[in-house]
Amino acid sequence: MAENVTPRVRVPRDATAGESVSVRTLISHPMESGQRRGSDGNVIPRSIINRFTCEFNGALVVDVEIHPGVSTNPYFQFDAVVNETGTFQFTWYDDDGSVYTDTADITVA
Amino acid sequence: MTQTRRQFVGSGLAVLAAFAGLPHLANAATLDEAIQAFTAGADMGSDGITLIAPEIAENGNTVPIEVTAPGAAAIMILAAGNPQADVCTFNYGPAAGSQLASTRIRLAGEQEVVAIARMPDGSFKQARQNVRVTIGGCGG
Repeated sequence: MAENVTPRVRVPRDATAGESVSVRTLISHPMESGQRRGSDGNVIPRSIINRFTCEFNGALVVDVEIHPGVSTNPYFQFDAVVNETGTFQFTWYDDDGSVYTDTADITVA
Repeated sequence: MTQTRRQFVGSGLAVLAAFAGLPHLANAATLDEAIQAFTAGADMGSDGITLIAPEIAENGNTVPIEVTAPGAAAIMILAAGNPQADVCTFNYGPAAGSQLASTRIRLAGEQEVVAIARMPDGSFKQARQNVRVTIGGCGG
């Protein structure tokens, strides 16, 4: 099981309307690929985050399908267009059924 | 009912294959299968998509990859030489500012990284770049 999973996101604090802002997200997670063998010679079962979504005020920004080829502590950077003040909602879906969420507010002047 | 030694060994192997082998095979998508599943065999152009990857990656466990494909509906990143070729797929929604995908991926060894963009009109674009890896990133 994944332990100490901590999401971290970075978005600008404010922006102008219609501006495209850069969003960076990172979540600490071992992303066990299911390919490695432990010291006892058995395959370590796969345990990864298999999906990540980001929404801004309910509108989808990006929805990422994730396979074992993504590194430990998966990092994603993308752009979102903001037209009004609002909240980014980030969601990560774990193989074990856990869902991790985070939010970030942005003020549009 | 009696079993010969040969039947006994054979059934043991079959059970072993069912438990150990098949789930692995079902998971492992080769490059061609992954591309086929994404594009359904459509032809792919090569302009309008940019793949930025290092030429030499010191550590195959975290290789930074950046893809931009203006106007794309989805971008798929694949690693041709990994045990499982598909790495991740970015699907863009209406609030996406630009079609940028930046992440860090694992590479098992020197291989080609492939990015394929699906455009809203159903056409596809691809970019490929070879990456040399000093230390592979799939354990084992």
